[in-house]
This record gives sequence, structure tokens and C-alpha cells, in this order.
Amino acid sequence: MAREVIAYIIHKEGIADDTAIEMISAAHKIDPDAKLIALVAGSGPQLDTVCNQIAASFQEVWKIDNEALAYPDAELIRPILTGILPSGSIVLFPNNTFGMDLTPGLSIKLDTAYLADVVDFEGIEKGKLKTVRQEYSGQVSTHVLCDISKGIIITVRPGAFKADESKTFNGSIIDKTNEAFQEGIPRVARRFLEIVEAEVGEVDITKSEILISVGRGIEDEDNLEIVFDLAEALGGDVSCSRPIVDAKWMEKSRQVGTSGQTVKPKVYIALGISGSFQHLGGIKGAPFIVAVNKNPKAPIFQIADVGVVQDLLDFIPELTDKINEIKG
Amino acid sequence: MEILVCVKRVPDTSENEIEVNSDGTDIERGDLVYSVNEWDNYAVEEAIQIRDKIGGSITVVSVGDDDAEEVIRREMAMGADRGILLSDKVFEGADGRAIASIIKAEVDKGKYDLILTGAQADDGAGQVGGMLAAMLDWPYASLVNYLEVIDNQKIKVGREIEGGNQEIHEINLPCVLSIQTGINEPRYVGIRGIRKVASAELPIHGAKELGISPEAVGHTGAKVQKVDYFVPDLGEGAEILEGSTDEIVEQLVELLKSKGGIK
Amino acid sequence: METVLISPAKAFVIGIPAVIFSILIPIVGTAVFTYIIAKRLAPIVKAKPDPRCDRVKERVANMFKYAIGQYRQPRYQMAGVIHILIFAGFLILSFRSITLVIMGIADGFALPGFGGSMGKVYNLLKDCAATFVLGTCIVAMVRRGIFKPERYAVPPRYGKKDHTWEAIFVLLLISGLMIGDMFFEGSLAAAQLQEGMETEIFIPGTGTWFVVNILRAVPVEQLQTIHLSAYFTHDIIFFFFLCFLPLGKHFHVITSLPNVFFMKLNKGMVKPVRWGVEEEDVEALENFGVKKLEDFTWKHILDFYTCADCGRCSDQCPANAVGRPLSPRFISLKCRDYSFEAYPLRGEMAVSQPLIGNVLSEDEIWSCTTCGACEAECPLLIEYIDKIVDLRRGMVDEGTVPQSLQKPLRALEKRGNPYGKMERKRADWAKDAELKTPVKILKNKETADVLYFADSITSYDDRIQEIGKATARILQAAEIDFGILGPNEKDSGHEVRRFGEEMLFMELKNSNTEAIIKSRVKRIVTSDPHAFNALKNDYIGIAPVEHISQLIARNINAGKIQLKGVEDTEAVYTYHDPCYLGRHNDIYDIPRNVIDAIPDIKRVEMLKCRDRSFCCGGGGLMLFYEPIEEKRMGQMRVEMAKKAGATVIVTACPFCMVNIEDAIKTSGLEGKMEVIDLVELIDRHMIVG
Repeated sequence: MAREVIAYIIHKEGIADDTAIEMISAAHKIDPDAKLIALVAGSGPQLDTVCNQIAASFQEVWKIDNEALAYPDAELIRPILTGILPSGSIVLFPNNTFGMDLTPGLSIKLDTAYLADVVDFEGIEKGKLKTVRQEYSGQVSTHVLCDISKGIIITVRPGAFKADESKTFNGSIIDKTNEAFQEGIPRVARRFLEIVEAEVGEVDITKSEILISVGRGIEDEDNLEIVFDLAEALGGDVSCSRPIVDAKWMEKSRQVGTSGQTVKPKVYIALGISGSFQHLGGIKGAPFIVAVNKNPKAPIFQIADVGVVQDLLDFIPELTDKINEIKG
Repeated sequence: MEILVCVKRVPDTSENEIEVNSDGTDIERGDLVYSVNEWDNYAVEEAIQIRDKIGGSITVVSVGDDDAEEVIRREMAMGADRGILLSDKVFEGADGRAIASIIKAEVDKGKYDLILTGAQADDGAGQVGGMLAAMLDWPYASLVNYLEVIDNQKIKVGREIEGGNQEIHEINLPCVLSIQTGINEPRYVGIRGIRKVASAELPIHGAKELGISPEAVGHTGAKVQKVDYFVPDLGEGAEILEGSTDEIVEQLVELLKSKGGIK
Repeated sequence: METVLISPAKAFVIGIPAVIFSILIPIVGTAVFTYIIAKRLAPIVKAKPDPRCDRVKERVANMFKYAIGQYRQPRYQMAGVIHILIFAGFLILSFRSITLVIMGIADGFALPGFGGSMGKVYNLLKDCAATFVLGTCIVAMVRRGIFKPERYAVPPRYGKKDHTWEAIFVLLLISGLMIGDMFFEGSLAAAQLQEGMETEIFIPGTGTWFVVNILRAVPVEQLQTIHLSAYFTHDIIFFFFLCFLPLGKHFHVITSLPNVFFMKLNKGMVKPVRWGVEEEDVEALENFGVKKLEDFTWKHILDFYTCADCGRCSDQCPANAVGRPLSPRFISLKCRDYSFEAYPLRGEMAVSQPLIGNVLSEDEIWSCTTCGACEAECPLLIEYIDKIVDLRRGMVDEGTVPQSLQKPLRALEKRGNPYGKMERKRADWAKDAELKTPVKILKNKETADVLYFADSITSYDDRIQEIGKATARILQAAEIDFGILGPNEKDSGHEVRRFGEEMLFMELKNSNTEAIIKSRVKRIVTSDPHAFNALKNDYIGIAPVEHISQLIARNINAGKIQLKGVEDTEAVYTYHDPCYLGRHNDIYDIPRNVIDAIPDIKRVEMLKCRDRSFCCGGGGLMLFYEPIEEKRMGQMRVEMAKKAGATVIVTACPFCMVNIEDAIKTSGLEGKMEVIDLVELIDRHMIVG
């Protein structure tokens, strides 16, 4: 029997998250012949929409449908998954704030191995899964060998695997609701109350086509002016990385990254941003990326299309002047 | 409230490039300096603020070798009431799960209402808190950036989630929380503070004291093992523009025009 | 002298001998005054020790110069002149006032020596003085009440109370004293004239002369009433004023003499954590720094009492100028008011609250760059830096240090520099200094005549390394045998100390001291005024230290450094005095002489120069601090240079370089304004043989 790889699908408002199809290519890297099973929990018609959408990419879709699951609360989902996941299986989750909340405890409950934030798989050798992780903000990578004899829970880094839509299936949707709720709705000691939405700022950077994004390299709050000048010249908006928000120099709504906004501009100009994966995780839709950084070793240059190794405080005013000159 | 905070000693990577050593077994540690994992400071600060508000005491634990004593003392200087070093030769090579089980053994020896960890560490996977909670059968919340004590039965927490939003939960005590940066402003620990606690009692608990069988932890017990370190090959990367500033500006403006970067 | 009117000593008021009042008023007045002063002394007694009785000759000289001579008053011309006039009048009139008080008891009393012709001369003098003082008081009242100079304004964040009323009230009291005396004397003279009897001589135009003329026709009985009323008006105002002094800013009338006598004599130094406690015992102190009022030294509380609310400190304070939440004037006033509140004249002394959060704010105390402009200006020599440092020590001890400062402090602890860079890279800058012979690194018994102490920013900052390289080239051109400590050098700790982390400073100091002594150098030179000040004033037992400008000046004079004509003949240079070279160490002329030694160089002065130099924004840890401010000091400084017509700012401090260079960029003055370090300027113009 082919090896089963189960992928947990995150969805919102009836649409599966990008990580759903990223996990397909992740699963193929673990075992090209693996049988792909999607696990989707939620409730109502929106859940059905997601299941139907996902069935085209997975051989099997396990559906868990209950009103209690309308909001994905890790503390509630953990005991349910403990009840239905077959022992010894390989289960993938996205390494996002939900996955981080849910999975370490799940591995204990299932008594399986656990590995978080995997960026690559290099297959299975002698019963051990060879994986790649990063440490120290991506400065170094490590190979990690995992004993999967009793199964494993793995979270994969969003964006690390290419979305794979090469194979289409007409996967069968299997309703696992009854199995999952055999003992009723689990009693949990943590109750979800509400979501406090981030304050909406003056601009919605998620809709900007041209983003001029600024990071730690700006050095001082007063220097932000040159960035806004450039944005004005280019007709774009200003966004930033986390340290700028932490320093309270800009509002949270302008932050790009996994803990900020996800943006889809056409052109992304990163100024003095080193390029952590949390930041890069917030950039979608493959924009044209220009990086300006005085450190030639900054990771941002690895993913940028064009790089400028200069002090942005010197370079930006020159660039702004030139653009204004062209525009007359 | 009796609070346990789990801390970790990590290389201070802020200004220093991390390099892989010659045989790829580890990072180059010769020139590194170590400090408390940044997130853990927020956890300790949060514990101090809770204690100062409603009373109780704070215990700081760390699993590590003798050097980890330094970070425990720093947190004691910050305001923790006591520290315990969980150290034993057989702990070497412990994976996240083993570390969680070592801490669990210590938790079982005391009576705690709240356990805090940092949300992550530069060289870790953000897993110990969640595992520990599961082992103890306590509720867990990760990435906590807001905490309010309601009464001695429950607290209210906010989790930092995607899009800058916050997920609010009510959670029963005892529980385990992983603390995200930004929840507070950790206080400064001066040299004087550190010296003051230099001779404070700091018990070391090993496998025997904790009643842990050596096979369950350390290299033999680990289900996941790092085999090597390497520098990631990230492809060709950006085309670096060369020339004088004027020339670079010229080239960049052309590129931006062609990509629709100038409106 | 026969008199027509009955003197206060002999008169009866509603049937009671007036002499009773003449005796009672001084007794009650003096008793109340003594009581108030005793209350005011309470916090001073409880405060921390502060030895200030050394170098008595110097102190007495200072007292004559600053207190009696009012040396700093004319720095603000209008206010200064008014103050000097009132003060001089006061001195002259004090004899008259004392005489008057006693006259009420002993008729016809005269102070010893004032009986004969001397008394007559004095009488003329005091008439003039009283008139002068009265006139000046009116001018001062108009100035305070109508023109309201900006520096007296009380910004809303420092309280709602405007201080104008207090100033005008006191001017009214002084005027009352003058007018009282004029009417007392004038009424008598008018009566004498009516009876054709002898009078004192009155100079036409004086106040008394006017009064005499006004009262010429008034009947004698009424003149008698005026005479007595004027006397007791003067008597009551006199003692009321005396008791009023310790209640507000006019306390300085009493405290300024001792305050100036006990002034700080060692510029550039920072007070120890606790006077009388050895360095090695500091660690064991129960309390560290200033957290409550009583943690200040007694002299610092005397400073609070002495503040005359003249606003000059804050007018010069760069932090105040850029809108940071700091105004030195209000440090003094808030602490004074708090001291009055905690030690009330009546009722129980309050339990002292922590100052930070109740009286002062954290941001306020971190906003200070320790530039010393306030201390250079204060006419009464009030200290601020030591208080700020003591308050910071208290905050460091409590752990209330801004996040932006915690990171560099931790890096200093672990790596000896605020950037967290590796120790072994500390000497890397010297490798590409384009030198004939490489820079010696003084370790493993290697020695040299001179140690070049580079300090952290020169060692690690890309831009500032150029200053280090230029310094090395100059030292080599002057054929000086020099070396650097390289990896054995740690941050001088100058700002570490001034930001209140004394224990970390001591670690850095001890490590550097050991390395310097081991290097066996004879002299130390540095291009960083902060390092210069630290090594000169904070360190002990090391070789003598000088700033590179001093060494350059000497070598130019000796002909060892020869300079060619100025490269850019169009450029107009101006010299920006770094705080720690100028104000804290009195080196003003040497760097100017060095610049002027370049043939054909054009140099102008900025309006604010020398001891009124305007801080660039601060050095060391201040570069990491994120202040609340409206604009940047550097930008204001660049504006001043522009106003002076300069195109190049020459400075002699790496931090000034960073701040001013940054300000030129953010002010959009690139290409119009330039900044260069003195050593770079010399390096560029040096004729290398």
C-alpha cells in the first residue's frame, strides 16, 4: 500500500489557503508515490465549497463538519484530530500561527515525532525522513533526520514549496464527522472569544501596485521622509518591516509579513530590509523586487530581481531626484 | 500566583554572521557570545508584572549545561524569585520533546499555576511549550501578546495571528503560554543586579533528582536529529547593479519603467 | 538735629507707644523667618553627603566673581543689566534698611561710621540708588508684565501656573520699600522746610526730592501721619519680604552666596555614586542613584532652592530647543516645589514619593545629551548633569531603561562596544589606512611612545574609520611613535557612565586602565572628545591624555606638520565646538588656530559658538536613544551654519560628524553644505615629504 501523507487544509470564507497546494509538492518530495489526503475541518456550506475545490488536487478529502469548528481553535481541533488520525501517519500542517498553536501538543497526544518549519524534503532513507530546516534567521541550514516509524507531525514553511497543480484527481470526499465526534464535542479549557482586527491605517497596502518598503536600514524615524518622497515620485505607497512597527515609527497596518499584511504589488522596492522569511512570507504574486541594502550579504538579495548595494540614505534622494526629473 | 518561566541560552546573533564550521557539524562558535533568548525576556517580564500585581512567586528553569546558569541568574537579577538549572550529562542531544519531558518532571515536583515560555528561539522550533502543555494535560496558547488575569481560575490572553489581528481566548489555570515579543517592555538588567544574585542559591537537578530514565532523553531518545549544518544555496539571486551612483540610478529607473514601477 | 515730626521711636499710635511695634515687628519677622529657614533646612540635612569645603580660596574668588560680581548676568544684556542695577541698589540700600529698622527703637540711630559726613554722602548715594532701583523695578515690571519675554513662559506640560505674578509681586515689594523710605524721609523734610528748619540735602530728580516737593504744602499733622505710616509700611514690607524670600524663586537672594561658594569646581567630571564610598564598595550600596528627593546631595537640593527661574538654562538647552520633553529650568522648579510640598511649613512631612513618575518623567531624564549648555549659562552655577546622571543611575537600578538603549548596553557588556561587533575586528580599520608602516597594535608587550585611543565608533563605524585613518596618517607625518590597543581596547564608557550604568562603566574603565598600563605608553592621544573626557576626567592612574587638536597645534608650531594653501578657495569654513572639547574641557582656541594655520582659509563664526555652542544631538549611547522631539538638533545646527554663511562645518568629534552629516542629508542641503573632521581637514592639507 502506498504511503499516506495527510495535509491539513487551512481555509477562510470558503477558499483554501495557498498552503494547501504547497503541501502537495511537499508531500511529493517526501515520497513521490504517496497517497495524498486532505483533512478539512469547518462547518456549513463554506466547508463543502472548500472540500470540492480541494478534491481536484487530492486523492481523498476527509471532511469534519461541525458548528463548533466554525472558527479554527487549535485547542478544540487537537483532541478531535487525536481521535481520527491513523497511527503512524505522516501529517503536514502549515507553519503559521494556527499550526504553531496546534501541532507540538498534537505530536505528544499521538506519540509521534515532530518537526517544525521545514523548508525542504530530501526523501526517505532506511526508514528515516531527511528534511531541511533553517536556523538563525536563515543564515544557516541543517539536515534533520526523522524517525517516522511511529509517524510524524511536520509543519512546513508557507511559501517554501512551490504550489503544485500538475496532477488533478477527482478525490473522494469522506465525511469523518461522526468518527471525530464519537465522544461529543471535547470539553476544552480554552475558549475562543473574539478576533480583534488590526487597526485600519490610512492606506491599504494590500491593494497597492507599487510598494516602497522600508526596514531597519533607515536608522532613524526622521529619515522616513526620504522614503515617502520616493513613494510620491513613483506613485506608490510606503510599507515596512516589523522592526519599524516595533519602534512605533509606522502603524501596524503598513507592516508586510506573516505577522502583518500580505501584499501583492507589481513592483516591490525593499529599502534597508534584510529579508527574513517572515517578511518575505508577506509578499505574494511574484512582484518585481528591487532591494537596496548596504550589506551585500543581506538575504534579500537572494530573492530580489535587482539589487543595489548602497547606503539607502545616500541613494534614495538621488533616485527620487532622477524620477522627478524624468516626470518633469 | 506561582509562575514557572522556561528560558534558553542562545548565541547572540544580532550583529554577527553565523557561519558553519569546517566539518559542517555545527556553527562556528569560537567568536560567539551568548545571552538569554530574546523572547524569554518578555516572558520573565510578564511574569514579574503579574507577580507584582497579584502576588506569588516566579521560578526560572533552563535545560542546558553549566553555562546556562548565567542566563538563569540574569533572569533572577531581573526579578525572578528563584532559579533551577536542569542539567545532566544524559540530557545532551535532547530534542524538543525530551526537553519538554525534562521540564515536565520539574513541574511535577512543584505546584504551578502558570508556565510561560518564549514563543521561539533563533535556534529552535517553538515547540517545547505546546509539548509540555500536552504532557501535563494543561491548556496552551502560543504567540501570546496580551495577558490579563481575571481571577485565580482563569486568565484572558490575546494571540498574535496573521494580518496583525489578535485572537482573544479565555483560558483556565493552570496553563502554558508561549509569549510573543511586544507584549511588554522588558526591564534592564544592570551589572549591579547580576552581581547581587551571583551567590544566590541555584539548585541543579539532574536525571536522578527528576526521576527521568536516561534512555528517554538525550541522543538515544531523540526522534529527530540534526545531522549537519550547511549554507543554503539560494539560487543566483539578484542582478546587482554596478557603476557610479548616477549610473545605477539610470539603470534602475529604466528597469522600473519597464516593469510599471513608475506611475 | 531738631525735628518737627515725632520720630517712630517716640511716637504714640492709638495711645500705644510706637516703639512697641518697632520692636515687635522685627521680633516676629525674624522668628517667622528662622522657622521657615529651619523647615527649609530639613531636606538638606536628610540629603546625601557632598564634600564642598576644599579649595577655599578658589571658592571665595568664585563667590566674588559670580555672586557679588554678577559675572554671568550680562550674557543676557537687558535682563542682566536690570539685575545688576537692582542688585547694586540693594547692596547700597541694605545699610539704610537696617538703620531704619533700628531707628524705630533707638531714635536717631546711625550705623557705625555713618554718623558724620560719611553719613551725609551715603544719604545722597542711597537716595540716588533708591530712585534708580524704583525706576528699574518699573522697567522690569513692564518687561515681565507687558512684553513677556518668551523664555519666562511656562509650557502647559510644566504646570498651569504662570510665574509672572510672583516676579511682579516681588518687584512691587521692592518698590514699596523704596517708596516707603522716600515718604518717611520726604515727609520729615517737608515739615522741616515748612518750619524753616534744617534738612538733609536732596539731589534734584531723586525720589525723595520729588516727595519733598509734593508734600511741601501738606499740613504738619498730616505729615506726621505720613511719616509714621511710611515708616511702618517700610518696616512691615521689609520683614514680610524677608519671610517671603524662602517661599519661592527669591530664595536665591539668600542662597546664592553659599550656592556659588559651594559650586562644582571640576568641569567634565561626574560625581561618584556616593561621596565617601570607595569604588569597590559601591556595589554593596543599599540604594543606587537618585530615586527620591533625599537621594540627592545636599548641594543639589540647595541648587533647587537657588533657582531664580530666569529661564536661561532652558533657553540654551538644545533638548528644549528641539521640543524634547526636557527643560532644565523645570527640573529645578519641579524638584523645588516638590521639596516644599514634601517638607511643608506646617503639618507633617510627607513620605517621599519616587521622583520618576511623580515629579519627573523617564523621557525627560533620558532626553539630556549632557552637553552642559545649561550649566555654562546659569548665573548661579546650578548643576544639572550630575543630577541627571544620578537620576539615570536610579532608573538603571530599577531597570527602567528604554528598549533602544538596552541592546547597546548589553553589547557593551558582552563585547565592549555598543554595536555588538567582534572584539577581534576592532583594529581592522587600521589595515587600510594607506600608511608607510602599519599601525602598531600594542599587545603582547609591544609598546610605543603614544597610544592612540580610537574608541568604539572610530573603530567600527565605516564613515568614522576615516577619522581614525586620517589621525594615523597625521601621527605618522609628525614622526610620532604610536600604537593602538586593538582588540584589547574597550569602549571608553564615557556615555555608559553618563547614562547611569556605573558598574558597567567601572568594568570598562578597569579593563582599559589595565591595558593602557600594560602598554607602557608615555602619552595618550585621542580624536574623540568623549574618549578624551573619559580618559582625562573619569580615569585615574594612566598616562596624560590630550586631544588630537592639541597635538596637531603643537606640531604645526614646531614645523613638523606643514600645510599647503586651502584646496577649495570658494569654501567658507566654520568651526563647531564639540561639547566635550569646548564646554567641558575649555579647548576653544586650539582647534580654531589649527584651522587658521591653513593658508588662505576663510573661516566664520556661528552665532552660537564657544561655550554657547549648540549640541549636535549627542554622542555615544545617545545615538541609539529615540527621543520624542519635533526636529533634530543637528538640523538646527546646520541651519545656524548656513545662516553664518558657511559651506563647510569643521568639527572635531566623531559623533558631531555622524549627527551633522545626517542632518545635512535630511535637511536637503547635500551639495550645499559639507562637514569634515578637523583631522581630515589637516590630513588633506598636509604637505607630506
